[in-house]
Amino acid sequence: MDRRRFLKTTGLTLAAGAGVLSAPFLARAQAAPIRIGLMAPQTGVVAAGGREIIDGFSLFWESAGNQAGGRKVEIIVEDDASNPDTALQKARRLVEQAKVDMLFGNLLANTGLAVANYVKGNGTPYFIPVIAADDLTQRARIKNVIRAGGYSASQFSRPVADWALRQGYRRVAMISQDYTFGHEQCGGFAQTFTEGGGKVVGQFWHPLNTSDFSPYLGQLAGVKADVVFAMQTGADATRLIQQYASFGLKDQIPLLGSQNATDQSVIRTMGAECEGIVTSAHFAEGADLPATQAFVKTYSDKFSKIPSLYAFSHYVGAMWVAKAINAINGKVEDRDVFLDTVLKTDLPDSPLGKPVRFDDYGNPVYDVVIRKTMKNKDGKFWNVPIGGYPQVSQFWKYDPATYMKQPPYSRDFQGIKKT
Amino acid sequence: MRSAPLTPVASSAARSLRQPRAVGWIALVLLALTVLPAVLPSYQVSVVTQVLIFSVLAMSIDILAGFAGRTSLGHGAIFGVSSYVAIYWTSTLGGDIWIGIALGILAATALAGVFAALAIRTSGVYFLLLTLALGMIVWGVCLRWTAVTGGENGLRGVGRPAFIADHASFYYAVLIIVAPLTWLMWRLVHSPFGLTLRGIRDSESRMRSLGYNVPLHLFVAFVLSGFLAGVAGGLYVLFNNFVSPSSVQLSQSVSALLMAITGGVGTLLGSFVGAAAIIVLENAVSAYTARWPSVLGIAFVLIMIFAPEGVVGRARLLFARRRSRYSKPDHPGG
Repeated sequence: MDRRRFLKTTGLTLAAGAGVLSAPFLARAQAAPIRIGLMAPQTGVVAAGGREIIDGFSLFWESAGNQAGGRKVEIIVEDDASNPDTALQKARRLVEQAKVDMLFGNLLANTGLAVANYVKGNGTPYFIPVIAADDLTQRARIKNVIRAGGYSASQFSRPVADWALRQGYRRVAMISQDYTFGHEQCGGFAQTFTEGGGKVVGQFWHPLNTSDFSPYLGQLAGVKADVVFAMQTGADATRLIQQYASFGLKDQIPLLGSQNATDQSVIRTMGAECEGIVTSAHFAEGADLPATQAFVKTYSDKFSKIPSLYAFSHYVGAMWVAKAINAINGKVEDRDVFLDTVLKTDLPDSPLGKPVRFDDYGNPVYDVVIRKTMKNKDGKFWNVPIGGYPQVSQFWKYDPATYMKQPPYSRDFQGIKKT
Repeated sequence: MRSAPLTPVASSAARSLRQPRAVGWIALVLLALTVLPAVLPSYQVSVVTQVLIFSVLAMSIDILAGFAGRTSLGHGAIFGVSSYVAIYWTSTLGGDIWIGIALGILAATALAGVFAALAIRTSGVYFLLLTLALGMIVWGVCLRWTAVTGGENGLRGVGRPAFIADHASFYYAVLIIVAPLTWLMWRLVHSPFGLTLRGIRDSESRMRSLGYNVPLHLFVAFVLSGFLAGVAGGLYVLFNNFVSPSSVQLSQSVSALLMAITGGVGTLLGSFVGAAAIIVLENAVSAYTARWPSVLGIAFVLIMIFAPEGVVGRARLLFARRRSRYSKPDHPGG
């Protein structure tokens, strides 16, 4: 064998050997699990909601056998400590160290905004079933941030404002937590209500964690409102509803609320004082739809409580994304295709009981239900549909481009129509 | 809070720096810091960067707590104001990031001047409470002045300039700023000015009767310390690209103070050990359990019981004791 031939054959053998050796690695890379980073507050002020995020999210993946698109799904849970700086830190760790394919979760708007700003730079897909800050899918849209299963803050307060007008209410007083989530929900309500001929007779902003609402309730009683719109989360919502009833206002002025005001996380422990509050949302746990009731039963059996917004929206968000992963056979590494597929995916069979789809800005379009808190057959209070608005997008009846020319809602800008 | 753990053990520190061995150690640490990005994965490099930034903040507190005997709970606010100004300048006004950071540091220094003017005539728990209250005012403003600060949601930055965009080069940039700054501060606390501060810490009335202008010295120390906190805030903007009221709130001040205490108050370099210990612990423990704040809490309690002088302070004591034990027979004078 001359030298040249020797070199050639040896080279070929080596190359073939390398090919054979590397083949299993390639195959394994294909079948490697899809890694999802779930950030939920397990400590800090909203830890209870964080627990339900994890429950709802893992409930879906268990039911799906922890698989999607023919690949195993691995979920890495991190605690964002209800703090935006910690959330950023954890997002960095999930993306850079744990090498996750996508991020999910966060509860507080500030944590979500911080993480969104981080993924803007590196393109990691980030799904936010709870973060409602309007601008994330409007003026400051980020392509890889999608509100799967979530909603934008002002999206649901507009239908309930319209409903209130139809009931003949013309004078509304509003009481809300003084932060962006409250400003946005109240803005949606105030704009729709005043454009429809109503009048905002008072807006009361109280700090987060207000324990005594009596100064505000006194003023509310004095402004001669037909109806009151309340926007609180967590313990503030519980306290407001209780004090509204104990001040005797419950029998005088009907109470409307944002969807979080009568979420299960609030009314779960409450009695008759929360009865009859009207809110609007994409989901009503008391809806008489087979898909909804099946979900509520599964969740209640497992965690012995009726699912809240946090659990529900993470279940739906996971379901939505899983469907998209199935559609592309698990190839989530191609981010552009993955994100496009998620945006194109419709979800006909979710616990919502009605089909949902995304608009062009990564925010879902829902059939919004008007709900009223009522007692169920077990003596617990839950939200039951009493009306509906089909196909409500985050832009309501406005043209998106025109709408986004107005400033974002804030304390100073509530979209109130001048008369 | 009692003042006993804040008693410094730095008396031998100035001397030990002049020894060739100490210089060797410092060179070794610098070398280790320099090669770090080559051996660590990029996420860990970002953690080390964070450690460096918070060391500067802890050091700024240590200058007051360890050398002037004034423990501040308002430095988180000074730090955060620097971040707010820098981000407001770049994101909202569309300005240049370096000018933004310079303005941020300037604002922090000015704010420290205001804090100092109000607080330096007090000491002990009154100083602690006054700085706490001043910090809370800043926090309240950041939370409620939504039009400027973005309220609860905070402000988002525009990102780092391209040449320091990746973790390794940003780490070097931070190191290049932090290392000389540390040396300067080391010189400062061991200068006559630093000695005067220590004199004030030990006995204010004695220094006054010796003819020192005590309030002026404290004012300058506070402003310098505020400048340092401002630098940390500016670097943090580049690191985090985001600021919210959580950056100015009390827990930020407390965690920086804990870093200084863990490392050893009055040791200056202990700030690095403290910041590293807390940030690394936070990262490592939170990967395993959701109860990580409890683990951190227990760690602090243990440190306070077994090493109230802090890690560096304790180590120095041990070294000093060993050295004196070995050297006694030869040099009875010590």
